[in-house]
Amino acid sequence: MTGRARLRVDPIACDARGLCAEVLPELITLDDWGFPIILARDVPPGLRHEAAEAVRLCPTLAPRLDHTARDR
Amino acid sequence: MNTVDSDRPGVNAAELRAGHLPRLLPARIWGGPASLAEHLARHGPLPAIGRDAGSRAEFIAEVGRAGLTGRGGAGFPTARKLHAVATGRDVPVVIANGTEGEPASAKDKVLLAREPHLVLDGAALAARMVGAPRAIVVVHDAVREIVDDAAAQRRRARLDRVRVTVMTATGGFVAGEASALVNWVGHGIPLPTAVPPRVSERGLDGRPTLVQNVETLAHLALIARHGARWFRTLGTPAEPGSMLVTIIGAVHRPGVYETEIGRPVSEVLDLAGGPAAALAALLIGGYFGTWLDPATVGALPFSAAGLRPAGGSPGAGLVAALPAGACGLTETARVARYLAAESAGQCGPCVFGLDSIAGELEALAAGRRFDQARLRRWLGQVDGRGACHHPDGAVHMIRSALDVFAAEIGRHARGWCRGTRSPGVLPVPPRRAP
Amino acid sequence: MSTVAAAGSQNLWFLSRGSGLVLLILFSAVIVLGVATRTGSAPRRWPRFAVAELHRTLSLFAVALLVLHVVTAILDPFVTIGWAAAVLPLASPYRTLAIGMGALAVDLSGAVLLTSVLRQRLGQRTWRAVHWLAYLAWPAAFIHSLTAGNDLGIWWVALAEAGSAAAVAAAVLARVFSRSRGEPPSGPPRPASAREVLRVR
Repeated sequence: MTGRARLRVDPIACDARGLCAEVLPELITLDDWGFPIILARDVPPGLRHEAAEAVRLCPTLAPRLDHTARDR
Repeated sequence: MNTVDSDRPGVNAAELRAGHLPRLLPARIWGGPASLAEHLARHGPLPAIGRDAGSRAEFIAEVGRAGLTGRGGAGFPTARKLHAVATGRDVPVVIANGTEGEPASAKDKVLLAREPHLVLDGAALAARMVGAPRAIVVVHDAVREIVDDAAAQRRRARLDRVRVTVMTATGGFVAGEASALVNWVGHGIPLPTAVPPRVSERGLDGRPTLVQNVETLAHLALIARHGARWFRTLGTPAEPGSMLVTIIGAVHRPGVYETEIGRPVSEVLDLAGGPAAALAALLIGGYFGTWLDPATVGALPFSAAGLRPAGGSPGAGLVAALPAGACGLTETARVARYLAAESAGQCGPCVFGLDSIAGELEALAAGRRFDQARLRRWLGQVDGRGACHHPDGAVHMIRSALDVFAAEIGRHARGWCRGTRSPGVLPVPPRRAP
Repeated sequence: MSTVAAAGSQNLWFLSRGSGLVLLILFSAVIVLGVATRTGSAPRRWPRFAVAELHRTLSLFAVALLVLHVVTAILDPFVTIGWAAAVLPLASPYRTLAIGMGALAVDLSGAVLLTSVLRQRLGQRTWRAVHWLAYLAWPAAFIHSLTAGNDLGIWWVALAEAGSAAAVAAAVLARVFSRSRGEPPSGPPRPASAREVLRVR
C-alpha cells in the first residue's frame, strides 16, 4: 500500500454509537461519555482493512479515512 | 503620552496623523456616535484605493507591511487573509464581525457606538480589496440602530461602491466563531460547522468569505489613510499598532480603553485608574483566556510575545481584575457553567464534557467532594475534540484557574474559602430560552 | 404433459407462498435488528457492529428471497399477474390491491437497498431520509401477506403473521420511545440520550 491513510472523526456527525471502537480498538478508544478518541491519526498498513470497516459500519458516517499521496 | 485621558479635549487630526493615541476611540468618553460629517472632519475621506487589481494588491502588501493582525482574539495576519480571499475561486463576500459574544468584553460595541463610520469604512474597503460586491456587518443588538443610521447616512451620500447590509447577532457565545457567523448570515443558524473547508475558501453561499473583527476593519480604514509606517509608530516591531481593551473588575474606572500593544500589564490597568483593591488574580484575554498571578504578570508586556512565557495572550483584549476578597474558584465555576451552556450542542465531548467539568468545578467551589485527577482527565478528553475551539478555550481557561488558585483549592478541601464578597466579578448572562 | 405442467405449476405456487411467508418473518427480523442497531438496545454482550452487520446481511438475504418470490409468483401460470405488476402497484389484473401492496413494498425496499449500497457516496442525510421508507414498506408487505394469499387458515401461518406483527410493533414502540443508545461504559451521570441532547442536523 502506498501513501498515508489518516483517520479522523467528524465530531458533529458522531453520535457515540461505539461501533468504530469495536472494530478498531488499536486506534480508537472511547472517552468517559462514549465518544471516540483517535489514538493515532496515521493508520498502519496492517489496519487499513479494519479502518475501512469502521468507516463503512458507522451508522452516522462520522469516521473519515483520508488517503494522501506519499509525502515528499 | 500614549494614554487616553478622558479629560483632554478632542484630539485633533494633526496628533492623529503623528501616530498618537487615541486612534480608534474619540477622546471624549461620553457622547453619541460620530456623524458622517464629524467622522470626515476627524479622519478625512477614505482614499479611493482599489480601482484596479494592481492598486488592490499594492494595498494588501501595505497592510502586510503594517503588520495588522486580527483583533477578534485569534491574531491572524490580516494581509494574508485578504490575499487568500482575494485570490479565491469565486466572487467573495465580506462579513464584519461585531457580534462580541464574550459577555465581559465591550470593545466592539463601544467602537460601533462611537465610531461606526470607521468600521463601515473598513468593511467597504476590505470588500473593494478582495473584489466583493457586498459587505455584511453583523452587530450586537445594542448598537444595531446606530449602525443602521450610519449605513443609511452613507447610502444617502453614495459613499461606498459596495453594498453594505447590517444584521443583528444572536448574542450567543459561539455565534462569533467564523463558521457560525457564516451559518447565521446564510441560514439563520448561529452554530459552527465542521471545518474543512475554511470560510476563506468556501463560506457564505460557497464563496470565499472574509470574516474580520470590526476593530480590525477600523484599523484597516486608518492604514488606508495614513500608511503602514504610521501604524507602526505604536506597538512592538512584532506586534505593531494599538488595540482596544475592556478592563473590568476591581479597578477604579472599568471601561473600554485604547492602548498600544506591548506596554506593561500594570500600565494597562492604570488606564482604568489602577486596582481598587488588592488583587487575587487577573483574567486576561476573555473567557477562553488565562488566569494569571498579578505579581508575576504586572511587569510583562501586554502582547502575545510578552505574555507567552506566562502561558497567556491578549486575546480579545479583556482584562478582568479579581479582588482578593473574591473566590477565584467560584468565579471560574460560574464561567465554566456558562460556557457549558453556550455549547452549540453538536459535539458530544463538548456537550457532555463541559457539563461534567462545570459540575465538578461547582462542587469544588461549594466545598463538596472534589476529584482533581478526574477533572484533569476530563479536561484532557475534551480538549480539541469538538468541531470548533469552544471546548479548547474553556479547557485552557480552567487549567489556568487550577494553577493560579491552587492554594484556594487546598483551602476549599479543608472547608475554608477566603472569598468574602458575593460572586459576580465576571458577568455571566442569564440562561436564554433555547 | 398436462399433469407435469400442473405439477410444475403447483411447485411454483408453493415456492411463491412459502418464500412469501419466510420473507415476512425475515423482513420483520430486519426491522427489529434495525431498531436494535439504532437504539443500542441489543443484549449487552452482543457487539454493536455485529447487530449492524446482522441487520445488513439478513436484509440482503431477504432481497434475494424477494426476487425468488416475485419471479415464482409471476411465472406461475395459474394466475395472471404480469411482470409490470412487480413494481407498478396497480398493474395486476389479479387481486389488484393485494398485489399492488406487494409492488409498493418492492419499490420502497428497492429504494432503501439502493441508497444503502451507495450510502458512502450519497451521504448520510440522503440515506437516512430514504431509509425511513422501510417503516412504510413493512406495512405494505404485511397487508400484501394478508390479502394476496389464502393461507391464513393454517394455524402456523396465522401464528407467523401475528408474531411478526407483534415483533415489529414492539420494535416501533421501542424506536419511538428510545434513548439513542445504552449506558456509556463508565462515567458520570449524563443526560438521557445523546440524540436528544445533541442537535439533530
